[in-house]
Amino acid sequence: MKYGFLTPVLACLLTSVTPYAWAHSEADPIVSMLSFKQFEQSKIGDDTAAIWNVDAWVGRDFDKLWIKTSGEYSDGKRQDSSVEVLYSHAVSTYWDIQTGWRGDFNDAENRQWFAFGLQGLTPYFFETELTFYVGERGQTALKLDTEYELLFTQKLILSPEFEVNIHGRNDRQNGAGQGLSDIETGLRLRYEFTRKFAPYVGVNYHKEYGQTAEYSRDSGTDTETMSWLIGLRFWF
Amino acid sequence: MKTTHYSPSRRRFVKGAAGASALIGIGGVPLTIGAENTPKMKSPEVMRGRHFDLNIGYQAVNFTGSNRIATAINGSVPGPILHWKEGEHITLRVHNHLHHDSSLHWHGMILPSGMDGVPGMSFAGIKPGSYFDYAFQVQQNGTYWYHSHSGFQEQTGVYGAIVIEPANPDPVSYDRDYVVQLSDWSDQRPEDIYSTLKQRGDYYNFKHATVSDLWQDIKNKGIAQSWADRRMWNEMRMSRSDIADVTGYTYTYLMNGNTPEQGWQGLFKRGEKVRLRFINSAAMTIFDVRIPGLKMTVVAADGQNIEPVSVDEFRIGVAETYDVVVEPSDDRAYCVFAQSIDRSGYCRGTLTPNLDWQAEVPAMDYSPLLAHRDMGMAMSGHDMGAGAMQGMDHSGHDMSGMTHNMHMGQHSDMNMQHAMHKMPVEKPAPAGMGSQRKIAHVNTEFGPQVDMRSQSPMDGLSDPGIGLRDHQERYGRRVLRYSDLRNLYQTEDRRDPEREIQLHLTGNMERYMWSMNGIPFADAEPLQFKYGERLRIVLVNDSMMTHPIHMHGVWSELETGDPMHIPKKHTVIVQPGSKISYLVSADAVGRWAYHCHLLYHMPGMMREVHITEQGDLS
Repeated sequence: MKYGFLTPVLACLLTSVTPYAWAHSEADPIVSMLSFKQFEQSKIGDDTAAIWNVDAWVGRDFDKLWIKTSGEYSDGKRQDSSVEVLYSHAVSTYWDIQTGWRGDFNDAENRQWFAFGLQGLTPYFFETELTFYVGERGQTALKLDTEYELLFTQKLILSPEFEVNIHGRNDRQNGAGQGLSDIETGLRLRYEFTRKFAPYVGVNYHKEYGQTAEYSRDSGTDTETMSWLIGLRFWF
Repeated sequence: MKTTHYSPSRRRFVKGAAGASALIGIGGVPLTIGAENTPKMKSPEVMRGRHFDLNIGYQAVNFTGSNRIATAINGSVPGPILHWKEGEHITLRVHNHLHHDSSLHWHGMILPSGMDGVPGMSFAGIKPGSYFDYAFQVQQNGTYWYHSHSGFQEQTGVYGAIVIEPANPDPVSYDRDYVVQLSDWSDQRPEDIYSTLKQRGDYYNFKHATVSDLWQDIKNKGIAQSWADRRMWNEMRMSRSDIADVTGYTYTYLMNGNTPEQGWQGLFKRGEKVRLRFINSAAMTIFDVRIPGLKMTVVAADGQNIEPVSVDEFRIGVAETYDVVVEPSDDRAYCVFAQSIDRSGYCRGTLTPNLDWQAEVPAMDYSPLLAHRDMGMAMSGHDMGAGAMQGMDHSGHDMSGMTHNMHMGQHSDMNMQHAMHKMPVEKPAPAGMGSQRKIAHVNTEFGPQVDMRSQSPMDGLSDPGIGLRDHQERYGRRVLRYSDLRNLYQTEDRRDPEREIQLHLTGNMERYMWSMNGIPFADAEPLQFKYGERLRIVLVNDSMMTHPIHMHGVWSELETGDPMHIPKKHTVIVQPGSKISYLVSADAVGRWAYHCHLLYHMPGMMREVHITEQGDLS
């Protein structure tokens, strides 16, 4: 499992090379996309970490297969990562329902979840994901992630992002406490040399609450961190 | 912008054109007068006669500084100008040298269904390495064009002009005659453009509102008003700058195959009347055309003579044609300027007495922004069309849309027609004046595939169109409107319509899906017309894009307000959030295509029209 973290990345790459299944102009061809939304180095004090947040999808207008993976790599090993494999179905003009599997991988224990969520665009252009998870042992979690884009110019774009996690019950092993567990908010300023290639700098703030914060204090980790980011956003 | 090199494809005369087809001169040279001095730009060849050999094949081109392979007819982009005579029987042997099926469609020609060149409707298409013989009698005159109806071959160069000499004396007098064919070229593969749009609908739009636009607005109007102005767009998740799906970011705009740097050239002598036959052969680009310093007299629309109208500027939708006559009175060069609807680029030519003279190229006009009316929302009482304000539809409908969508394949236009039949049966309004019926959104319009429904669409007839509405006040330019078009001759079929069909142009910009009544072509039943019937079609644009809609086989007789002089068109622009109506005489039995002529809208926003002796079989 040393290189286990590569599996989700490889899975993404494989879906992205799915050839066009069409020669003629049918309206609804199979289209795919591989998007490195965040591919960055973060710095907290003297500690650095590599962070990825990658989406891949393949499918037609109404039905798509989504793979989402995010995680962190530091001190020469994968710290935390998750992979989601979701079936996505368009249900309204701007919203898809997504259902499927999520796996969390960390030192303590690997967990599996059933995922059910909504992904789409809210009024005022917030790209939003709201997902409900049910774990193997009946534990539950809710994640909300939303992102906005503020254009200084057509190419210089500031993108605030906000994420909040809520857990249904205490899970000491994984350091997740009942209720509001943590929030994360990031601010990334990117320059789109092309639509598909944009380096960025940014800052990320993470804070834990309640029992989650207690668990962290017990294990001697910070419950509030501020990090600097430098990264690349690119897609195919 | 981009540097351009000479394309090797152009000047090569084509050896494949055998038979009686004679090559006469170079296309840009007047059709009526011999060449005095040969222009330096590229021009398609002119082919005359009754028998034509056309070869669709691969051709190396270079429009942008990069070498690309085009699909060309007889080795050139555009293909040769075909010069026909009204009344003659012509044959065209079209060879396909591509690795894919191909076809040629004679756009705007009235001909038997089997000769129309639409694979899957009129014939099976032309297989690689094979040929097809087209044969038909030319029953009309004027300016038309032809193009491939297979895949996205139109984008990569399979198009050319048709000029038909009238059998009777031409009501238009002129000394010189030029084809001015406008088009768009991209170095990107068209399949890649299409999938890029599916990945990100606004990929090519670089005119989004920025923070400084917001700041300007706040300074000028205050925070409250700026917020209010943006509110609806924000709530509906739509961009006011969404004018063109594919823009000058990837397109190089061409005039007779010449890039803006090269420019096309046409010669005149002072005092001469010059006829310019404008054809929009672009895949996705609507152009606004003007010649600074010259009034243009529009004498024909879509090949059909109209009562002359003098204008300074006109919009030409994809697939439309306009013939104009200009009379340059000065001994100077004039710029023929065609800017894209979103002002992301232009193509240009020069009318000049001397080929060494260059006219000043004007700056492009301001970039237009969509307004509330472009979403079919009346903002004041008098704006309201026949469809009364129904208020914005909301979630209840959306839910029904969701369920409907789950089995969308089972829905069809038949449902829609039945829905129409169930409505209180009122006699359609008389011919020429347009529809009086209410605008109704059928249930198939609700679902993920549709992002907007016009609640009170305005009549698009007298609307110059997005970005042109203030050109009179702002620049003093008289802009052509559809309401200016009156047939030069009297209406032939003076019957009132027996029935009306209301069709809604629908789509979802974000998902890049296009349809009619919310149903894409693949899931739709054909529209059934009864042979001989006279009917009215009301097109309602439930989107913010400008759609040029083309009906094959029969004329679209645009109701511009004078029942005795209804102009005949083959392609009709439907303005964003607006409606327009035209009459159709179903006088040609067969299966005909009916679609938006924007190439990447066409796969979804299309219907088959089936004209039979029996009419509606259901």
